[in-house]
Amino acid sequence: MIRDYNMKEYKKNAFRQSKYRGEIASRVRVPGGVIDAKSLMRVVEIAEKYGDGTINLTNRQGFEIPHIRIEDRDKVNEELQLIIENTNVNHGQPGEGYPASGTRNVVACPGKELCPFGCYDTKALAAKLDKMIFPNNHHVKIACTGCSNDCAHVRLNDFGIIGQTEPQYDPDRCIGCEQCVKYCSKRSVGALSVVNGKIVRDTNKCIGCGVCVNYCPTRAWTRSKEHYFRLELLGRTGKKNPRLGEDFLKWADEESVCKIIKNTYDYLDDYLDMAAVEAKEHIGYIVDRTGVEEFLKYAMKDVELGPKCEMAGRMYWGGKRYDQTNELRKSMFRFSDREE
Amino acid sequence: MGYTLTRSEFDQVLSELGKNYRLYAPVLKIGQGRFTDTDVVIYDFISESSEIELEKKSDFSFKEILTPLSQTLFFFTENVIKEADIDCSDAIIFLRSCDMHAVKRLDQIYLNNGKHVDPFYKKVRDHVKFVLIGCPGSFQECFCVSMGTNKTDDGYLFALNYSGDQFDVDVKDAALNELFEKAGAAAKEVAVDYVTENETKVTIPETVPNSIYQSDLWKEYDKRCVACGRCNLVCPTCTCFTMQDAFYTDNGKVGERRRVGGSCMIDGYSTVAGGGQYRRKHGERMRFKVLHKIYDFRKRYGYDMCVGCGRCDDVCPEYISFSNIINKVNAEVKEGE
Ligand code: SF4
Ligand code: SF4
Ligand code: SF4
Ligand code: SF4
Ligand code: SF4
Repeated sequence: MIRDYNMKEYKKNAFRQSKYRGEIASRVRVPGGVIDAKSLMRVVEIAEKYGDGTINLTNRQGFEIPHIRIEDRDKVNEELQLIIENTNVNHGQPGEGYPASGTRNVVACPGKELCPFGCYDTKALAAKLDKMIFPNNHHVKIACTGCSNDCAHVRLNDFGIIGQTEPQYDPDRCIGCEQCVKYCSKRSVGALSVVNGKIVRDTNKCIGCGVCVNYCPTRAWTRSKEHYFRLELLGRTGKKNPRLGEDFLKWADEESVCKIIKNTYDYLDDYLDMAAVEAKEHIGYIVDRTGVEEFLKYAMKDVELGPKCEMAGRMYWGGKRYDQTNELRKSMFRFSDREE
Repeated sequence: MGYTLTRSEFDQVLSELGKNYRLYAPVLKIGQGRFTDTDVVIYDFISESSEIELEKKSDFSFKEILTPLSQTLFFFTENVIKEADIDCSDAIIFLRSCDMHAVKRLDQIYLNNGKHVDPFYKKVRDHVKFVLIGCPGSFQECFCVSMGTNKTDDGYLFALNYSGDQFDVDVKDAALNELFEKAGAAAKEVAVDYVTENETKVTIPETVPNSIYQSDLWKEYDKRCVACGRCNLVCPTCTCFTMQDAFYTDNGKVGERRRVGGSCMIDGYSTVAGGGQYRRKHGERMRFKVLHKIYDFRKRYGYDMCVGCGRCDDVCPEYISFSNIINKVNAEVKEGE
């Protein structure tokens, strides 16, 4: 049997090349990490029929079914159709599997549907974003987290979306029990203080986590009608310069956040280095090259931020620079004067 | 007299009443619950029937109208004191049977507890009348039948049964008959709905021996209860308050005295000068609350304080059931006999 497979095309079709010759792994996309039981059963069936009966849970809330023979790709794709439809993922010809793999699965924490601290429906936003940007070959990572706890680790993504609520205070319902003060300080940033028996919120310090609302026993604190978002930009892991995403917007509206993400694809079309290995670059490295201003020219096109929204004046990213130094022993600060 | 009315006829009655009374009823506050996009039912002004939340139990009780969560009592300067203007225009409160019984408890504490009448309470209370909302069924956690508060026969202007767009009323105050008739209400025999059985039942021990104070039963709550006080703040019969003297920051000689809601479960309640605390452990606070509700109050006034509305069970974030504690106390008392 002649084995001549266009691996580039397989990868685009969401199959991982395996270290075992003749094998691939099927990558199942699950926007927001929500899958119905029937689809989950189908994942099991594929693993049993075409794999070795094991399934990997990926970091980005998808599945990877390993040890599939390359020849079985088409049959697996047919079986994937049910999952693709049930998870409502955009696709081309039915039965041909996923049309792209570059733009990664959109991750979401449990959010307001389950978590008492969730400030918005993370799963719904993940589904909406996925519809908006998939399929696409650009390597883009997006994650949605319900509140500043950041259980979804969104700061390691190109776009990290953090829910916020603007606490509303009704002094007439406040009994001065100071539980909001205590919990804001213990579980959050300590933005509240007591003045003459009533509560004052330091609006600069407040991160909109909603902890005060959660602990107020009288509904003196309630949540704002509007759901707000903090947008983190261009965090990443990796070999060269892993770094946390930095604050770009706070108190932003959902529409603006979605638009910025969509606009970024135009920027990538124009600036992606096609000579990069597999034409795959983290957006952050491209922005390092073109400068933030140029990136924002694209990203902010037709974006009208709400009156409450604050935008970063400048953006700097830190993180490790393995490409500059990887020396631990000779680092500046020492724990002791131990002999080397 | 009994009447049956359509929604628009009933609204006409409300609009007539609204000319002379502030109307208070349970209102669904959209998005104002603890969690994102959840609601809460709190008492507020209403002007028409659609604003009244009739399908749900109110999370917070009517008591906030009679005893506001935060109320300025007076203002002071160096040697002058001026009482705060309290809105004591006539008001009507829509409430259910258990809460009607709670009014009696509030009156007991603020009006008939020793020599002194609370003037701030009295001012408001003297101008308040009630409308009884019928209960077609028991809500979760209600135990009004066990507490004998499921039924109320007097003390209200009229009682109200509701079903979709139909409102049936049993008018007690004959002066109101004309108002209903003018709105086009048809005469009908009406008996207000009340529940005769709750899923939750409690048995209150007749006497509680002193040994119960030392019982291990309370220990569990040292850890389980987080002392948030929600159970007190939603309770229609909790009457504790605390005082705040606020000196205005730009002139420390001028200020106001406020009365704010208190809670025997929250830190600081039993703190005395010098920082001493009588009930440091949460289990001890629980013991105090429970015995007050089902025993100590009765020793003084002859009836129990708790009316079995179940709001404390509804609200507890730690799923501590007050009704279950009552039954545990009862079992322990029985065992000791
Ligand atoms: S990030 Fe916030 S909303 Fe999401 S799971 Fe964590 S605590 Fe809950
Ligand atoms: S929203 Fe969070 S940070 Fe802001 S005041 Fe409330 S608890 Fe503190
Ligand atoms: S928790 Fe609520 S009632 Fe207590 S001090 Fe804060 S705002 Fe006031
Ligand atoms: S103790 Fe609980 S059940 Fe009894 S009146 Fe108070 S809130 Fe209602
Ligand atoms: S019993 Fe529940 S509601 Fe009451 S103080 Fe304890 S934890 Fe809070």
